[in-house]
Amino acid sequence: MQNVTEKKEFTPNIVAFCCNWCSYAGADLAGSSRLSYPANVKIIRVPCSCRVNPSFILKAYQQGADGVILCGCHPGDCHYVTGNYYTRRRMSLLFSFLNYMGIEKERTRVEWVSAAEGARFSAVMNDFVQKITELGENKRLTDLRVKEGE
Amino acid sequence: MRDVELKMKERASELLKSGEVARVIGWKKGEFYHDPQPASFESVEELNAFVYNGFCGANLSKYLIQMSKKEGKTAIFLKPCDSYSFNQLVKEHRIVRENIHVIAIECQGKLDIEKIKAKGFDFVTEVEENGDEIAVASLYGNGAVQKDEVLLGKCETCKGKVHQVKDEEIILHEMQAGKKNRFEEVEKLEAMTEDERFAFWREQLQKCIRCNACRNVCPACSCLKCVFDNPASGIAAKANDDKFEEQLFHIIRAFHVSGRCTDCGECSRVCPQNIPLHLLNRKFIKDIDGLYGEYQAGETAEGKTPLTSYTEGDAEPNDVVNGEVR
Repeated sequence: MQNVTEKKEFTPNIVAFCCNWCSYAGADLAGSSRLSYPANVKIIRVPCSCRVNPSFILKAYQQGADGVILCGCHPGDCHYVTGNYYTRRRMSLLFSFLNYMGIEKERTRVEWVSAAEGARFSAVMNDFVQKITELGENKRLTDLRVKEGE
Repeated sequence: MRDVELKMKERASELLKSGEVARVIGWKKGEFYHDPQPASFESVEELNAFVYNGFCGANLSKYLIQMSKKEGKTAIFLKPCDSYSFNQLVKEHRIVRENIHVIAIECQGKLDIEKIKAKGFDFVTEVEENGDEIAVASLYGNGAVQKDEVLLGKCETCKGKVHQVKDEEIILHEMQAGKKNRFEEVEKLEAMTEDERFAFWREQLQKCIRCNACRNVCPACSCLKCVFDNPASGIAAKANDDKFEEQLFHIIRAFHVSGRCTDCGECSRVCPQNIPLHLLNRKFIKDIDGLYGEYQAGETAEGKTPLTSYTEGDAEPNDVVNGEVR
């Protein structure tokens, strides 16, 4: 008998929050420079990296994301001058806290990508997707209540 | 404690009689001896129900959000730990300082009725504190217990007995700070592996019934509209699966008060399921202390909190492991 259930290869769902002024433009540059990055990265454009409320990240996980990456301007280059400095503090605390609750540290990441760094954007995304693929599915931060509507 | 109670009652009635204040916030007799309830007294007659005993653990400062906006002055009795919450509320412009008369009161550590019950005293009718020992009278007999063994969790790690704010004080005896290091339990959890920590929190949080008591009692949780009241959020109520699904509520709740939490320990005190919620808040306090310098919310009513300020040389989030830069 042939084994009917073929084991599906795991392809992670990645949510990338990109700030409008640097990282989103960086992603654009990656595209126009014909640099590839994995198709399972879903980009969400935000006005500034500090627009990202911790509950956005958690909700992404609860709806089935396997990894969340937050991209913003390099510290000091924020379009709103200081936004990403606040992001940095918030995310340091949030990531440390998630790990304290037993959620894998590598699942969440912050990267600074400027508008001129198309190549870096592509490299960062490739690397992140590879790391998450190695890490496997997100099983610890899912929520049936949130998934029901799917 | 009895003498302190009498003095407080006397002072409250003086203030009300003279018309200096329109109301006094304190505690009144509850259904049982061990559950005095926070109450607002507006006349001398109402003060007959006034109590102050070893079970008055409730932090009264949050009631000022509504009370201080009423006409006339409000007097309030604050224990040392409550005074931190008071300052924090002033800092956040949630209460009107000019309308409040703060009476700093003595606190010798408050008692946990569950711990007393576990010692074999059910239906406690009175307790008498004599230093380190406590005489308990109950329907089923009298006896004595060691105070250290029946203190509320939040009092075991008491921050200290210095009022951060006061207009007058009623302190008749010397007070002692807690003996335990408040980060001990957090460190124990940090030393575990990821899987062990996950198992620990899953076990704890699946007990959550989403009664929202922790949110409602928290002096830092003072938003007029709360995200968790939105029925469209999908997370407004208890999950019908008890895997680990109340996590979002608890992570967001703890994060939202980080940098503002004074570690008053009310969340754990009111939790009907005995979830150690203070361990979530303390993790943030510990990380903030380690990464951005020691900070105690509510020490003053001015200045910025760690999350509303920054320095150019802050640690990168990817490098922070367990609250330390690797």
